[in-house]
Amino acid sequence: MNGPHERRDLAHALETAGAWLLAILWISPLAYAVWTAFHPAEFSVRFTLDAPLTLQNFANAWQAAPFARYLVNTVALVTMILVAQLVIGTLAAYAFARYAFFGRDVVFILVLVQLMIMPDVLIVENYRTMSALGILDSIPAIGLPYMASAFGIFLLRQTFKTIPRELDEAARVEGAGALEVLWKVYVPLARPVYVAYGLVSVSYHWNNFLWPIIVTNTVGSRPLTVGLQVFSSTDQGIDWSIITAATLMTSAPLLVAFLLFQRQFVQSFMRAGIR
Amino acid sequence: MSRLSVHIHGWLLLLPAAVLLVAFTHYPTAATFFHSFFSTPKPGRSAVYVGLDNYRAMFDDPVFWQSLANNVWFALGTIPASIALAILMAVLVNRKLAGRGFLRLAYFTPTMLPMIAVANIWLFFYTPQYGLLEQLSGLLGLPSHNWLGSRDTALACVIVVTIWKEAGFFMIFYLAALQQVPPSLAEAAAIEGASRWYFFRRVTWPLLAPTTLFVLVNAVINSFRLVDHIIVMTRGGPDNATSLLLFYIYEVGFKFWDLAYAAALTMVLLVILAGLAIGQFVFLERRVHYQ
Repeated sequence: MNGPHERRDLAHALETAGAWLLAILWISPLAYAVWTAFHPAEFSVRFTLDAPLTLQNFANAWQAAPFARYLVNTVALVTMILVAQLVIGTLAAYAFARYAFFGRDVVFILVLVQLMIMPDVLIVENYRTMSALGILDSIPAIGLPYMASAFGIFLLRQTFKTIPRELDEAARVEGAGALEVLWKVYVPLARPVYVAYGLVSVSYHWNNFLWPIIVTNTVGSRPLTVGLQVFSSTDQGIDWSIITAATLMTSAPLLVAFLLFQRQFVQSFMRAGIR
Repeated sequence: MSRLSVHIHGWLLLLPAAVLLVAFTHYPTAATFFHSFFSTPKPGRSAVYVGLDNYRAMFDDPVFWQSLANNVWFALGTIPASIALAILMAVLVNRKLAGRGFLRLAYFTPTMLPMIAVANIWLFFYTPQYGLLEQLSGLLGLPSHNWLGSRDTALACVIVVTIWKEAGFFMIFYLAALQQVPPSLAEAAAIEGASRWYFFRRVTWPLLAPTTLFVLVNAVINSFRLVDHIIVMTRGGPDNATSLLLFYIYEVGFKFWDLAYAAALTMVLLVILAGLAIGQFVFLERRVHYQ
């Protein structure tokens, strides 16, 4: 009766069911947050089909804290870090990939130190530095420790090394200077890596929290994550519908971008990690 | 190009990165070490050399030891579980399944959320009386329990949140690795009548070794680096039951403003991370390559 085919089909069906069960379990905290945010407070733990939908929680949250300002701050922060990382990382990666300068190998190892000892754990001393520079409570203070990224330099160096030297030399014969060669030959060829690295960097800094909460203390410099924490830990403490709405608002831009460019995001994380 | 100009150009290109890395990675690392031998400067009294006093205080500080122990339990609780789940997820969605796109999305989405947003959502989930967990256990007739407020369950609650957040992230690395495994291997094994478990144990798992090393190193770093959820969910409580090392550094440094003692605590964290780096280079890398 039970041929090997039927047994295999059964196993496959069970596996599919298991995979779906796990997925539903995995998505449920988020689904639950969405439910709470879009329904009046009295339905936050009552799941009935006739519960009325509302956007009031979002309106209340938006009015209760300067989220528009936090959003501007986060966008400014993320943009500033990304641009700096790309420019600084490209220059350094080019040097490591194509210039046999004095001390290169030792310096490269010193750069890689940052892969293990990230700015996230050097909060005490970096705070002293920002204080000495007199830039506490500003957006550059949040961004500065991350602007030279060992990860970015490493990633770009690996990519630049795969580009044939002949292309480089051909451009130089035509009279292009070092920076021109970098801009016209290396950067265009490394585009997929830039996209991948950019997505990883933006999502990392959009979500970063510990360092920003340490160096900021006014609305003018706080990013969304810190604003959300300040908001939900003060007198709003009880109203979960509003907190959940604020939480979703904070994550929404990145989440929507992720849903739209899912494939690119996943491939970026993959590409960035594998090398 | 002349020899000299190679050196000059190379260094000029490197200069911005070098300045920033020295200022915000190498200098603070050295300064942490240096400042850990001084007292915290106070208004009207500058820092004085105190030798090993900060380290002696640390040795006698039960909260430090508890934070370190919590961190070890946190790592042991999160890392194997999230790696196992990541492999399971990757193996599941690497096959042709109904709704595979949705499944991958469901597993990966927590990764895209800020840890602080995740912590807020789960905080609600765990809330006494009102939260979903309480409602569920109430339905089953179980007694009410303050999940985050009790010493016995608080750390486990935080561990669950971390596993939920990280498993999908690690999944994509395994998925990438699985896609490199030639399908002919699985076909050959199926013809030989090997069970899937046998195939996984003897073929897939060894082939995934470099990925596992990469994921493992990242997971260990994360277990010492990520404390956002602690700040939101428990603030290290109850009674320091969920205080992790970096969280304690944050508290000592920026709640009690004892920067010198925080520097000594940071040294412990730096030694752990340095040890991890050396371990990865010397021991693990060699083993994985020769497999």
